[in-house]
Amino acid sequence: MTVQDSTPADTAGATVAEEATSGKKGKPALSEGKKAERKLGLWLCAPAFVVMIAVTGYPIVYSIWLSLQRYDLRFPAQQEFVGFDNYGAVLSNSYWWTAFGTTMFLTVVSVAIEFVLGMALALVMHRTLVGRGLVRTVALIPYGIVTVVAAFSWYYAWTPKTGYLANWLAADGAPLTDQWPSLFIIIGAEVWKTTPFMALLLMAGLALVPDDLLKAAAMDGANGWQRFTKVMLPVMKPAILVALLFRTLDAFRIFDNIYVLTGGAQDTGSVSMQTYDNLVKGLNLGIGSTMAVLIFITVAIIAFIFIKVFGTAAPGSDTGGKR
Amino acid sequence: MGKRIGAGKRGRSPGRAAVLLGAGALVTGMLAGCGSGGGLKINVYYAPEDSFQKVVDNCNQAAGGRYEIVYNKLQRGSDDQRLQMARRLAAGDTAMDVLGLDVTWVSEFAEAGWIDEWKDQNKAAASEGVLDGPLETATYNGKLYAAPKNTNIQLLWYDDRITPTPPKTWDEMIQKSKELKAQGKPYSIVFTGAQYEGLVVFYNTLVESMGGHILSDDGKSVVLDDGAVKALALLKQITNSGITDASLTNSKEDDVRQTFQRGDAAFELNWPFVYASYAKDKASDVQHMKWAVYPEAVPGTPAKTTIGGYDLAVSSLSAHKPEAYEAALCLRSAENQKFSAINDGVPPTIESVYHNDTPLDPSKPAGDDNPNMAIKYPMRDSILDALKDAAVRPLTPAYQNMSTVMSKVLSPPAEIDPKATADKLREQLNDALQSKGVIP
Repeated sequence: MTVQDSTPADTAGATVAEEATSGKKGKPALSEGKKAERKLGLWLCAPAFVVMIAVTGYPIVYSIWLSLQRYDLRFPAQQEFVGFDNYGAVLSNSYWWTAFGTTMFLTVVSVAIEFVLGMALALVMHRTLVGRGLVRTVALIPYGIVTVVAAFSWYYAWTPKTGYLANWLAADGAPLTDQWPSLFIIIGAEVWKTTPFMALLLMAGLALVPDDLLKAAAMDGANGWQRFTKVMLPVMKPAILVALLFRTLDAFRIFDNIYVLTGGAQDTGSVSMQTYDNLVKGLNLGIGSTMAVLIFITVAIIAFIFIKVFGTAAPGSDTGGKR
Repeated sequence: MGKRIGAGKRGRSPGRAAVLLGAGALVTGMLAGCGSGGGLKINVYYAPEDSFQKVVDNCNQAAGGRYEIVYNKLQRGSDDQRLQMARRLAAGDTAMDVLGLDVTWVSEFAEAGWIDEWKDQNKAAASEGVLDGPLETATYNGKLYAAPKNTNIQLLWYDDRITPTPPKTWDEMIQKSKELKAQGKPYSIVFTGAQYEGLVVFYNTLVESMGGHILSDDGKSVVLDDGAVKALALLKQITNSGITDASLTNSKEDDVRQTFQRGDAAFELNWPFVYASYAKDKASDVQHMKWAVYPEAVPGTPAKTTIGGYDLAVSSLSAHKPEAYEAALCLRSAENQKFSAINDGVPPTIESVYHNDTPLDPSKPAGDDNPNMAIKYPMRDSILDALKDAAVRPLTPAYQNMSTVMSKVLSPPAEIDPKATADKLREQLNDALQSKGVIP
């Protein structure tokens, strides 16, 4: 998947670079054919561009516009432009920061666990000689189950009287009514559900590691762990970046598992839960949109950090050099 | 109407099909033109209630074919019910005619302009003989916005084998509970203590019983006076003396019912539905299950108990308002309220229904297979007594915000610090009222 994705993007980047350099040498460097090609390229891009604007651009701009207003569906008469008041209200609110902290905690812990387990699973799936298809299919089953359905089965499993897990921790406990047990149950459900996704992305990365390289390392006396950390991980870095980025962005927007398992009680709510409570339940479009925009900004920052921090250190530059 | 045309076509020879098609088109045109033909449907959106379809059938019969009421069952969860209706109304859905609103939503829907004010004859018909409390829940800013369909009120349930006479006041009940605990008998006082609307209902009862107020009478500003602070102290005392159930902070109505039904509690504060399920599950013991009005918070002053229930409103987007009003009035007529009370256990809003001893089938004598109010509703006098001193939850469009904030701040009740909690409530309720601030 990653391989396929990166190829067209890289070529496009190369073309742009080429054109940029040729542009520096002097303007009339573009031949007639090149111009026509470029024009055709723009035309071919246009439909996708228009669709993107319609389905993503418009809602984003609209919710930013809503976030600058006092707009509660129950008080239609009091709608007015309030500038950044809503941002002030949300950012100075302790409930928001509690939810933010909870979300961050859930994201970091669950992605870390998923990464370790996903890597192990990817290695197993990559190295399996017998029944490879079967192993891969079995590993992917949790990912194929609808999150809400899986969450309900966890919910019943952890509920006293109906569940087989409820009394596992304490004799007459109701783990879903306490904050910390609930948080770890949520993490468990998330990990169970999305580890296969992580494994799948990492397996694509594993396929990039040339066997020759591993054999050469083995010849030089590198043991298994050294081969893994010194050879496989660096080569896989782009795949790891993609896997971690996708999962982090996903995990930060966690909603369904929490909605089913605790409903956000005992400070287990995520920022998405809180946005839902304010926007949909509270019918407060202003505050709700503000939260949605803040989530959007946070997600953008996470993506930026990932690409900056990992991107430059990753042998992505090596791939550029190889070409 | 489609059926009629189809039937006509089938009966004739194929040679005249063309002519008939033309005739069919003509009939269709005529029917569509005459508006209130057989096809007129009045869509009622109401919570699931087992025998409500029968009530709808009765009203369809009464309408004599002028319109057909369709009962669209809403979800079970009350949050989901409110959301479905609010979302559709906000988006301008014209397919909803009559809306079954929980008593706390009327102000919200009225302020948003989603439901119409009841006027003149409709208003007179909807408020005739209705008890004050339930009528107040359907009123906002002095105008009537809905017809009270059924009410609901909590009672004190006890077992006469444990306590032969019910406690009159909270002090007495707490004292009694401690004595029972010392004797090793079932002792706990159970009520809805989870972080949700049930806790707000309980607190509202304590506040009103203390003579306090949460909001000003016009619902526009936060008061939280001395009575409200005293209620906080009482709530803390109740939950902090080792006389409540261990799972209090996780107890909703049905958990409370089960605890008492298992025999693990001495006193239960809950809605009347608990009686029917006790009678069904423990028929041999039910003669020992007794009830009384809520204990007094101020000795000598009757408790004021929070009421629940449903009101029927007419959507302002309905295309058939006259019929919608008529349908709503029929669905909550005295006769149908009696039917619902006997079959579904929902307390009537019309006072005379409580005194009505005619069985369901008036031509036969009353009995178990032809019940009247006295047989199925033995606690009706207590309910009526309690309703005379009913407490209404604050009437404000921002009630949903208020309730969320209150249940959050009051949880867990054992950790309340009356003064500090009151300050916190005052501050957060103020924001909630103006729909500023963030809902937890």
